[in-house]
Amino acid sequence: MDRNKSKYVTEKVMKVLMLMAVFLVFSFLASIIWTIFVKGIGSISWEMVSKVPGKDWNVSNDGGFLNAIVGSLAVVLPSAILAACVSIPVVFYMNLYLRRGHKLSYAARLAYDILYGIPSIVYGAFAFTVMVIVGMRASVLGGIVVTTLLMIPMMIRSGDEISKSVPDEMVDAAYSLGATKWETLKVVFRQVLPGMVTAALLALGKAIGDAAGVMFTAGFSDSLPSSLSDPTATLPLAIFNWVTMPDPFPDRAYAAALVLTVIVLILSLAGRWVTRRFTKNNL
Amino acid sequence: MEVQDLCVTIDSNKILKNVSISFPKNKITCVVGPSGCGKSTLLKCLNRLIDNTLGAKLSGRVMVDGQDLLKARDSELIDLRRRIGLVPQRPCPLPMSIFDNVAYGCRIHGMHRGKSELADVVETYLREVGLWDEVEYRLKEPATRLSGGQQQRLCLARSLAVEPDFILADEATSALDPISSKIVEDLFVKLKEKYSIIMVTHTLRQALRIADYAVFLYLGKVIESGDAKEVFRNPQNELTKNYLSGAFS
Ligand SMILES: Nc1ncnc2c1ncn2[C@@H]1O[C@H](COP(=O)(O)OP(=O)(O)OP(=O)(O)O)[C@@H](O)[C@H]1O
Ligand SMILES: [Mg+2]
Repeated sequence: MDRNKSKYVTEKVMKVLMLMAVFLVFSFLASIIWTIFVKGIGSISWEMVSKVPGKDWNVSNDGGFLNAIVGSLAVVLPSAILAACVSIPVVFYMNLYLRRGHKLSYAARLAYDILYGIPSIVYGAFAFTVMVIVGMRASVLGGIVVTTLLMIPMMIRSGDEISKSVPDEMVDAAYSLGATKWETLKVVFRQVLPGMVTAALLALGKAIGDAAGVMFTAGFSDSLPSSLSDPTATLPLAIFNWVTMPDPFPDRAYAAALVLTVIVLILSLAGRWVTRRFTKNNL
Repeated sequence: MEVQDLCVTIDSNKILKNVSISFPKNKITCVVGPSGCGKSTLLKCLNRLIDNTLGAKLSGRVMVDGQDLLKARDSELIDLRRRIGLVPQRPCPLPMSIFDNVAYGCRIHGMHRGKSELADVVETYLREVGLWDEVEYRLKEPATRLSGGQQQRLCLARSLAVEPDFILADEATSALDPISSKIVEDLFVKLKEKYSIIMVTHTLRQALRIADYAVFLYLGKVIESGDAKEVFRNPQNELTKNYLSGAFS
């Protein structure tokens, strides 16, 4: 009787603790979004998102930060495609051509886990060193290279997780019918594609908010980039600059943060939607 | 098909030990034995699916039409696996529609290219496994919506559709009700005219009903093999006797 009672108490206490943790997460999210939306909506204007900074913007506050929005997209979108082109083959090689427990899979997994853990500032510094050696300026291209490197381990990691949802039996079933590895891959691809798209979108969301990677490599500019070799502004770096200037521009920073948050929210929700919409056929 | 001195080790565990069996042509061979004795592993060797098991090492020979299957090159493996169909123990539909599941094998092997021809083939095999009436109007639905037993029959139809010479069925009726089991049993009896069937079953009554030839495996060794009636009614080995008496008492 006594033991049952203490079990019951433990059960209750644990449940309350877990609930509290859940609410903590909710309140984080709510307070971040609340702050950014309230302050951001107060400062944002059409001019800000549709114009590049005026000539003396820091005196007259004219123009906006279209340069940073365009710059961020110009860096991140090509990176996402490049990173997917590298990550998807790696994921398939690790999970299908080699079976999961193979030594090379193990080594690859270790490698991407280490890469995943390396902070983006280190990627940035590394890329910058290489750029100096080859005589390249900070540019859109430099940003793309670093962001691609940053996204590859993220995508491989999620792709690897997603591949675990493919049962060995499914692979065996295709082989038993006489399918080649490539044909089997195509079957498995249907199963993992929605997950991979979601993973790519989430990696995109992470990468677009990363300031450290693009700090040395993409540079900064008040005008729109017109070629890959032009330096460009990016949203996170712009926010960083506005906040850390001797005379800070909190309005601009909040407006840019709002834009960034909205982009990330859209990417996350799109990811959810893809998963929900296209996994019906799957196991 | 003849298995000679087949040994399989997985991560230095001996799973099959010097297995030698000759599977008679156009007959049903039942492989029976306690859980974990290596029945599924044996079947996986017969169509080389074992290649995909990490750490598996094979020795011995599996002769089919004078060719050693274990020495077949990757390029030969494709046709070989088509000819030796394996119906897995755990059915796993491919992530596509019911129709496409059955048609998939034909498509990759370029069989029955015409659209209506393919539709006929799919219908034929779904009828044979007794699934047609249940899925006639939902062929476009994802196969994963089918129940376990329906999936099992679908996997059987899928294997039959590529017209194999051998059918390896690993507990093909384990998730089926008595009536559906009977349909599959009858199908096997009918199919043995054209195919050689090797099936694993835990239902000894079923083995008794349809088997022509029986193999009793125990801890990776062939304990007894021969004419089914002989093995079941009149086992020579103590182990076989014990196993069978457990089942029939
Ligand atoms: N991939 C694997 N890695 C390691 N051991 C394995 C693997 N597959 C099978 N085994 C081992 O091989 C032995 C035989 O397994 P198998 O699946 O062939 O048994 P079975 O006779 O089909 O049993 P059941 O009647 O339960 O299906 C078991 O001891 C199992 O643990
Ligand atoms: Mg088995």
